[in-house]
Amino acid sequence: MDSPVFDVLLAVLGGAIRVGTPFLFVSLGECLTEKAGRINLGLEGVLVFSAMAGFAGSYLSGQWWLGVLLAGASGALIALLHGLVCSLPRVNDIAAGIAIMLFGAGLAFYLGKPLIQPQAEQIPSLPIGAWLGADPAGSVAQALNINALFPAGVVIAALMAWGLKNTGWGLKVRMVGDSADAARALGSSVNGVRVAATTAGGAIAGLGGASLSLYFPGSWNEALSSGQGLIAVALVIFARWHPVRCLWAALLFGGAGALGPALQSVGVTGYYYLFNAVPYVLTLAILVWTCSPRQALQGAPSELGVTH
Amino acid sequence: MNLRDTAESIALPVLALAGGLLLFGAFIWADGHDPVQAWALLFRGAFGDAFSLQNSLQRAAPLMLTALCVALPARAGLTIIGGEGALVLGGLACAALPLALPLPGGAIGTAMLLAAAAIAGAAWIALAGWLRQWRGVNETISSLLLGYIAIALFKHIVEGALRDPASLNKPSTPPLAEALRIGTIGGTDVHWGLVFGVVACLMAAFWLGVTTHGFATRVVGGNPRAAQLVGLPATRLIVVACALGGAAAGVAGGIEVAAVHTAANASLIVGLGYTGILVSFVARHHPLAIIPVAILFGGFLAAGSLLQRRMGLPDASVQVLMGFCFVVILASEAARGRLRELFVLRKPPAGAVPAAATA
Repeated sequence: MDSPVFDVLLAVLGGAIRVGTPFLFVSLGECLTEKAGRINLGLEGVLVFSAMAGFAGSYLSGQWWLGVLLAGASGALIALLHGLVCSLPRVNDIAAGIAIMLFGAGLAFYLGKPLIQPQAEQIPSLPIGAWLGADPAGSVAQALNINALFPAGVVIAALMAWGLKNTGWGLKVRMVGDSADAARALGSSVNGVRVAATTAGGAIAGLGGASLSLYFPGSWNEALSSGQGLIAVALVIFARWHPVRCLWAALLFGGAGALGPALQSVGVTGYYYLFNAVPYVLTLAILVWTCSPRQALQGAPSELGVTH
Repeated sequence: MNLRDTAESIALPVLALAGGLLLFGAFIWADGHDPVQAWALLFRGAFGDAFSLQNSLQRAAPLMLTALCVALPARAGLTIIGGEGALVLGGLACAALPLALPLPGGAIGTAMLLAAAAIAGAAWIALAGWLRQWRGVNETISSLLLGYIAIALFKHIVEGALRDPASLNKPSTPPLAEALRIGTIGGTDVHWGLVFGVVACLMAAFWLGVTTHGFATRVVGGNPRAAQLVGLPATRLIVVACALGGAAAGVAGGIEVAAVHTAANASLIVGLGYTGILVSFVARHHPLAIIPVAILFGGFLAAGSLLQRRMGLPDASVQVLMGFCFVVILASEAARGRLRELFVLRKPPAGAVPAAATA
């Protein structure tokens, strides 16, 4: 059991959950937003800003759950701005997303300046490995110490899948995303539903931010998020706009992201930067593989611009 | 385009920038700082004296080129935001070429360096355009992902194969020979990169506005259905527009290496590609308008350190300002065509401004 291959596999497995949790929340947020027919590239800004806000909340109050709440609320706020700007006539949601991305990051770096040094109360781990009877000090139990937010993300994924399918709200969101004209004819406010979905998506993505700054890596700095919010957009395409498939996709990407550090820990250091780029390459490869120039993607909301 | 539309095209971004500055002032006021002092410092630090003006122009040069990397594909209908990646690879190609083959010194050698930078950048952005045409991959996402991949490649090579053993704390490639570097213009501190930037913008405006090829590109971007009906080769035109934009961003990286840093290292990755996105959007993807807008934002970047020193504002202040400007600029599109109603008696203020971007 001491072979380096086993260590790497175990680290990738543990890392899939550790690194994948932010991916899960951001992709669920993006999934909800896109179901209503809008793209939010600004989730990258939402993620950075909510990571800062979550860290600040936990640091100032000493309570990790207050930090998580604040992260969700601030994520919703930034996403609300995106939703409102996109509701203006002649505003393109891709361009607005780029603006929100820069805006959220700038705001987070400005307000987060005093937070770079201190340590905040962290989100607790759930010692799944120890519960299952593994040696608590061993590497197996270490790998199975999971972020307490991760089960919450799994529940949100299941609830969202159920809600989109079975509730009136879900029907409304899907209708607005599939045919704005039909929704209008039935008396729904298209912009209202989209703004609500974008805001709720921002709140979910904000939990991903909290998971970055309060669990892994567990501190606040300006290089905290490097494109997770954007990868989420691709993840949602890969998951064919289904929340439960977002969960598998997030774990896959978490594992890819954990590959570099895992190899480094067993002494493979020469390709550190290249292994860290694996999630981006994987995303691009998946996009090339799944997209098609001729037809809309299966499962894509028809009002969505991202797939032509 | 009639005079009124032109006046509106200038007035709208000017008003939006003023709105962005206003919101920025309100933001730092809420944070307990004096907004009037900040505005004054922003403009004094940007254009107040010869030193700061030269600093601003120096910073404007790469912004003009990275803005073209957004503007040219945008005119072909694509939203490309991966200029940072093209810039970084351009800088790397420029630093690597003298290691691969012996170059003549002087203008020819420098031209070869910049050509290498242009090719590297062009290939990278053309790839994003081609992926969209070939597989329907969204070019905004792919160009940004390619940007992250480019930065990883850059770090891998600069800290690995091409690392100069003499660079201890800050991994760099070996410095360029003195004869290959880009010098300053006359008795100023401004390097020739500014001229490259301005000329590139002029050439881009000529290409888009005068040549048939540029016109065809605009048709593809403005009305893909019409382009298809008249049989324009959309894929070729789009890939060429992307390649030209990428070449501009690559040259920006080459100039930064050959004129400022003298070697490829992490100083190259400071977000010039991202600021270029904002410049292009403010200039409404018009190459001539990019020149003054790049100088303005180059000035704000130059004034950032003054805000830090005099007022104790965080170094991200300029980024916050840019964020506000970007959001307001996009929101201002909603007022297009309605500006006259807002100024019923007064003419749009830009009526008095000489029309710098009429062409």
